[in-house]
Amino acid sequence: MKMMRNLRLPVVGAALATLTLAACEPPPVDTVQRGYRGTGMELVINPDERAESVAANMPPEIIPQIADDDGPRAGDVYQNVEVLGDLSVGQFTRVMASITEWVSPEQGCAYCHEGNNFASEAPYTKRVSRVMIAMTQRANEDWGSNHVAPTGVTCYTCHRGQPVPEYVWAEDPGGPHAKGLARAEQNIAGAESVAYASLPYDPLTPFLSEDYNIRVASDTALPAGNRTSIKQTEWTYGLMMHFSDSLNANCTYCHNSRAFSDWEQSPPARLKAWHAIRMVREMNNSYIDATADYLPDSRKGPLGDPLKVSCKTCHQGAYKPMYGAQMIDQFPSLSKKTGVSVDMHKKGG
Amino acid sequence: MAEYQNIFTRVQVTAPVYDGTDIGSDKIYRTGATENYWLGKIGDAQLGPIYLGFTGVLSLICGFIAFEIIGLNMWASVNWDPVQFVRQLFWLALEPPPPEYGLSIPPLHDGGWWLMAGFFLTTSIILWWVRTYNLARKNGMGTHIAWAFAGAIWLYLVLGFIRPILMGSWSEAVPFGIFPHLDWTAAFSIRYGNLFYNPFHMLSIAFLYGSTLLFAMHGATILATSRYGGDREIDQITYRGTASERAGLFWRWTMGFNATMESIHRWGLWFAVLTVITGGIGILLTGTVVDNWYLWAVKHGVAPAYPAIEAMPMQDPLTTGAGQ
Repeated sequence: MKMMRNLRLPVVGAALATLTLAACEPPPVDTVQRGYRGTGMELVINPDERAESVAANMPPEIIPQIADDDGPRAGDVYQNVEVLGDLSVGQFTRVMASITEWVSPEQGCAYCHEGNNFASEAPYTKRVSRVMIAMTQRANEDWGSNHVAPTGVTCYTCHRGQPVPEYVWAEDPGGPHAKGLARAEQNIAGAESVAYASLPYDPLTPFLSEDYNIRVASDTALPAGNRTSIKQTEWTYGLMMHFSDSLNANCTYCHNSRAFSDWEQSPPARLKAWHAIRMVREMNNSYIDATADYLPDSRKGPLGDPLKVSCKTCHQGAYKPMYGAQMIDQFPSLSKKTGVSVDMHKKGG
Repeated sequence: MAEYQNIFTRVQVTAPVYDGTDIGSDKIYRTGATENYWLGKIGDAQLGPIYLGFTGVLSLICGFIAFEIIGLNMWASVNWDPVQFVRQLFWLALEPPPPEYGLSIPPLHDGGWWLMAGFFLTTSIILWWVRTYNLARKNGMGTHIAWAFAGAIWLYLVLGFIRPILMGSWSEAVPFGIFPHLDWTAAFSIRYGNLFYNPFHMLSIAFLYGSTLLFAMHGATILATSRYGGDREIDQITYRGTASERAGLFWRWTMGFNATMESIHRWGLWFAVLTVITGGIGILLTGTVVDNWYLWAVKHGVAPAYPAIEAMPMQDPLTTGAGQ
């Protein structure tokens, strides 16, 4: 009996410990060393989570290229073809069919075209897709070496079979809030944009739409005029949480956490990310904002700005979109700019 | 013979409620007293009398006002929704004023409430300090507890008052909120180039961990020798009983050195107090005297250099012109 009594405490303790830890990820977790030993430069990967993510990020079946480059150009045969017009009719049809599978497999051609008159400019979706194709071409041609190559970007990278990509964002006005009290623009639960932290919940507007300064630390040991506040640092911190969440990568994927700001100690992914910030800004300001005049309200956020691109729009939890699956080589028409009248330098960039 | 071998006290002494030493006319400030069996499990079974006095009552009132200002501001930030208030409680906060107000008095709705909550909380804490000092004096004790408490108040004042004034901005101070104050802490370290390279932060951590170690060593030693009267520590400062000898012998066997029944308490007090004193110094120097602790540590040979990750380490794209 005495022994049973002595066992009671450890048993209750073990039960409590199990309950307390129930919300944690079950082990094992893999760590991959990526820097000098002892510096903690390692990636943390949960194999179960990674397996799920890989399964959810598979590339689609690709319609094979059987048409050749001969014959009349699509732009000569069809009306109002401003992008992709230099393809042969057969190649053009394949790209159109591919886009339908990538973007509107359920709605079909009618999602962007009037049923009897494919040349009609009436559907706003057609005009938007023209801008989106130009954006894709620009990304592959001019942002290739800095960010998207060799994986490349196609419509599928973001859309994944949906007319509106799953991970888009708009300026966040915050939740219901008592009148007369200034908004702190932070400290709410459930902010997916910053991975549920209490950090500022819309770090995307100042950094991925506007170009506020992201850097906060000083490059001198002693004070030399850097007046960056702690609050401002929290905005940068929020943006970093967005990066980390979008790529499902920890801080050391891009930084040596002992000196976040030091470039020489940073892994090369940080330079890719630096360019990506500028690329996404350009996409939002020069391309997506250009569609604002004809977008319906259902494609805009609560403050009336168009739904925009963030890191997560393409990455969707993978450190490389679709874990680096190569699609762009089979769509050369999407990898170079063709004549289209998009004001690419409207703002920022 | 009573045993003290469990983490809970296994014996309870039941006796008539005892009012304590007579401190004269102040008796009207004392409440009554009662006994509680469950309190007896973890401490003395007698609850009360509590001596509030003038400073105690005023401190509780000020503390309550601060608590209400913080709570109501949190509640207002979810539009007075009781469900959201409970659900989001750990995320909610009362933030200090935005940086543009500097050290001026901001409007109530934009940081003014934070300033007011800070005023009442500080008043409450300082009144409570006066109370601990006075009660020790009235009881004929030393004022060690009050001065230990003053160490914690020093850190609190540095974080919320002294450093913001030196920096010229209330916005530098800590928000009132559970997760928000933790985010503030991380952001503070990021802004100032990694606080782990701040030597006073290092000292503070060493004293903090040292405090827990000393506390565990001392508590365990006394419990382990209680069968020989080790719990009569103070007796054994002057009269070394067998418990004291055995405890000392154990530590000499273990590490060659032992504290005495008296000095162990000085060790404990100073480790705990130095945690907050050095911590406060470390915070005070940050942003005022040193702006990037990592670079400071490199400059003074504290931070070692490691081989680069890449054969060609990266350069800042802004300075190399790699940006477009």
